[in-house]
Amino acid sequence: MNNPEKNPVYIAGVAETPLGEVYDHTELSMVAVAAKEALAEAGLTMKDVDGILVNYMGEEGSVQVGEYLGIFNARWTDSTDLGGAAFEAHVHHAMMAIAQERCEVALIAYASRQRSLRGRTMASREQRVTIGSQFEAPYGLPFPIGYYALIAARHMHQYGTTSEQLAEIAVAARRWAQMNPKAWRREPLTVKDVLASRMVCDPLHTLDCCLVTDGGGALILTDKEHARNAVKKPIRVIGAGESQTHWHISQMPDLTVSAGAVSGREAFGMAGVTPKDVDFVEPYDSFTITVLQTLEDLGFCKKGEGGAFVSNGRLAPGGTLPAMTMGGGLSYNHPGALGLLLMVEAVRQLRGEAGERQVKNAKIGVAHGVGGVFSTAATVVMTND
Amino acid sequence: MTEEKKTQYGDPMTYPFWEAAAQHRLIIQHCKRCGSHQFYPRPFCVKCATGEVEWVETKGDGTIYSLTTVRVQISPAFNPPYNVALVQLDEGPRMLTDIEGINAKIGDRVKLTWRERTDAPPLPVWIPA
Ligand SMILES: [Zn+2]
Repeated sequence: MNNPEKNPVYIAGVAETPLGEVYDHTELSMVAVAAKEALAEAGLTMKDVDGILVNYMGEEGSVQVGEYLGIFNARWTDSTDLGGAAFEAHVHHAMMAIAQERCEVALIAYASRQRSLRGRTMASREQRVTIGSQFEAPYGLPFPIGYYALIAARHMHQYGTTSEQLAEIAVAARRWAQMNPKAWRREPLTVKDVLASRMVCDPLHTLDCCLVTDGGGALILTDKEHARNAVKKPIRVIGAGESQTHWHISQMPDLTVSAGAVSGREAFGMAGVTPKDVDFVEPYDSFTITVLQTLEDLGFCKKGEGGAFVSNGRLAPGGTLPAMTMGGGLSYNHPGALGLLLMVEAVRQLRGEAGERQVKNAKIGVAHGVGGVFSTAATVVMTND
Repeated sequence: MTEEKKTQYGDPMTYPFWEAAAQHRLIIQHCKRCGSHQFYPRPFCVKCATGEVEWVETKGDGTIYSLTTVRVQISPAFNPPYNVALVQLDEGPRMLTDIEGINAKIGDRVKLTWRERTDAPPLPVWIPA
């Protein structure tokens, strides 16, 4: 049986879709633009693509995107919906498929016009009669922030984590965003500003929450032979893992532990590295608490010590663990699902093309997607060896 | 129990729950094999993955496991600020609820009460004990 060690798998191309507020595109045309650009980086064309993996592109999304792009001979198709973690999970799936020679060139793509079409829905997600409509909706918990607020409140209660510590994460993201011309929010931000912003669901303030923007992107994964065509340095995927826990917050086994504990263990295990070896991390910063708990679950610090860990600018430019290096969902872009853009940034850092915000001597990077109400997780470990 | 009745609430699995709720009785599932309790209802115990489950009544006493104060209006039906909590029943399962009064905190003991609704069966809600 072939495996990623014998058959290495590379990310040979990455691209963002148009970002911010997008009025001259549909989601499908945004994906098309990004796919073409990512393929150009890989030195390949749409005709080379025989694997297609998408999420949130409508019913049977891989089929809709495949048809739009004229890909009619795919032999690996995947519309796995793990929410915001889907894209790191897609990298996992594509990696295994390519290593086992079930496809050679895989396209992972996503786009959303969440901002220009409707904004974030601050309401129950349940319409039909479901467990959620019966036992969650009647109590008026705003989705998703109220759910993450319950998680943050529990973490604070159990471990003494503070709002100041959570705010440090938003400040770190903003400081990175100030070095990214594509970032949506670039004005200076302090811990005080975060704490003074409107409280939405205690303990989470407006500035503990990610942006609502349009955006998306594309990735090309391929084998060693095809990667030789790449115009830019191919980045090797050395580990990947995924997991999931609950759909309803009442069923989350422990509010302070996410599915990242399993996806991280799987990804680091496959890669044969530990968090100590990691030069930078792109955690899913849907909310500040998402980052803090993710760093614990991935093993960057012990459970409960995340608050102290993120303090004193550790995640910010100049800190010992650069994180959210493009500004994250908090300050750069959050197009409904951020996971794909985490991969794009990790690849750019490992290629050394991140400009002003480049992490010096970056050799090993991690992207970590999260979906639902901290329900799903997928972790990818990459290197530029 | 007729088929029509079973689907009265749109979910045949929770039908017994809402029938009991109409009499202000809170019922959850109990596993005959491993003794654990679960909510929401399933055809078997998810703790031991094999056990046969039965409905049992609970007083509904519990402790606040986590809590948030909602300060934004999500629909005309809700008037912020109000508290929403995950309550851990003494039997183990957690249930989402709003909590009367703004001073409640994690670790507080809570007790069950029922909120009458015009368009649905009474809703279980928890209040400070
Ligand atoms: Zn059991």
